[in-house]
Amino acid sequence: MNVLERIGERTQAFFEYAGGLAQLGGSTATFIGKLRIRVGDTISQAYLLGYQSLAIVLLTSFCTGAVISLESAMQAVQYGFASYVGTAVAYASGRELGPLLTGIVVAGRAGSAITAEIGSMVVTEQIEALRSMGIEVARYLVVPRVLALMVMLPMLTIFADVISIVGGMWFAHMYAHIGFADFINSARIGITMDDLLKGLLKTVVFAVIIALVGAFQGLRTRGGAAGVGKATTGAVVISMILIFVANFVLSFLLYGANG
Amino acid sequence: MANALIARLEDVSVSFGERTVLRSCSLPIVEGAITCIIGISGAGKTTILRLLDGLLMPTSGHVYVEGHDLCAMNEREINDVRRSISLAFQFAALLDSLTLGENVALPLRENTTMSEREIRLRVHSALDAVGLSHAGDNLPGELSGGMLKRAGFARAVVTQPKLVLYDEPTTGLDPISVHLITNMILRLRQRFGGTAVVTSHDLPSIYEMADYMAMLFEGAIIAYGPSEEVRSSENPIVQQFLAGSDVGPIPI
Repeated sequence: MNVLERIGERTQAFFEYAGGLAQLGGSTATFIGKLRIRVGDTISQAYLLGYQSLAIVLLTSFCTGAVISLESAMQAVQYGFASYVGTAVAYASGRELGPLLTGIVVAGRAGSAITAEIGSMVVTEQIEALRSMGIEVARYLVVPRVLALMVMLPMLTIFADVISIVGGMWFAHMYAHIGFADFINSARIGITMDDLLKGLLKTVVFAVIIALVGAFQGLRTRGGAAGVGKATTGAVVISMILIFVANFVLSFLLYGANG
Repeated sequence: MANALIARLEDVSVSFGERTVLRSCSLPIVEGAITCIIGISGAGKTTILRLLDGLLMPTSGHVYVEGHDLCAMNEREINDVRRSISLAFQFAALLDSLTLGENVALPLRENTTMSEREIRLRVHSALDAVGLSHAGDNLPGELSGGMLKRAGFARAVVTQPKLVLYDEPTTGLDPISVHLITNMILRLRQRFGGTAVVTSHDLPSIYEMADYMAMLFEGAIIAYGPSEEVRSSENPIVQQFLAGSDVGPIPI
């Protein structure tokens, strides 16, 4: 096979994938638009995908806030800018790191779970059985997961933002002796409600990416256990890439080139 | 007078890439009868069931169910036709996150406007018919292979479909379970009515059930007719298969 053929095949595969993903997204949006929603399943998915990700999101966010503080606090005190440490932590967490890291963590945990579950259902013919009973797979499996993450990811991000600031504040106090009140006052300057809301808006897009890619990868699973593993890895990698790309585009659109 | 047909394959071929699974197959499914499809493993028996259920579209030819050409319909239209068809999968394919009772109730909850009370009665009746009325609260993972198959049958008949497709219902079971399952398929047809298509290798079970038989060989239907007629066919392939012999035209 020559290089051109290979490029042609890859291009075709890319567009087939993108088309399939768009089609699944379209069907899902249609069911949501028509309010054909399985409320019970959506709530249980919110618990499984969202609430059960809380601990890992909090831990990651706390460490992130502490690291930003670590990188900035000592130097800031040394050069007389201690009052800006809270600003740096709040600004970085609220606008970028909170939404982005929460998206990445949830993509790793919940996105992989979605793919593994649906992929296992494919290889054990459960998806065929649903189709055979005349049940729309997108409505039954994809809509609850998309909606659950669209609600839960912003909520997780709120916790992540808060805990990140707490982590930064704790570290700044421990190692740079910056008072809590000073840190909080500084943080208030660093971030506005508008910034926080835009950060949360980004997470709604990340949620759609994670749930749709996870479900699509699951539905594309072929073969047995090895196929499920391969699809799951693919789901996490593709979700993360799309989240980074979407984060860049959304940050540019929402905050503008001048911030 | 010719028997009425509930479904038929008309000159159907199915290929997956280079591999041809079915070649120009035509098969009538007589209403109210049990049609058994026999053939060696990989002959294309399950493919025929998937075609009849609209899960697979042929590469060429037509599939008619209750007069509708499935090949000319979109997925939503096929879903409407599927309301009168059920497929009992070889490995049951129950949703492992739902209990047995919830699995059996699923097609009723999703596709009908029945009240919960009516659904409960129907589910109980279907589970009772397959001897699993005590296991409604169990998860599929807690059941044996034979129980799973029976649960799959309960889900298949709970909607009282006009056409039930059984994929290898006796494969992998002990002789007593095979006997039980065979009688169960006959009983379910008596109790819930309708037409059945069964794929199987198990000849004693087929002889007991079949009104009509079709034999598949290398993707083609080489014999079809009333059960007795096919059993007495002089086709050497049919005779070798029915005799279970390793001597003859079927390559081993």
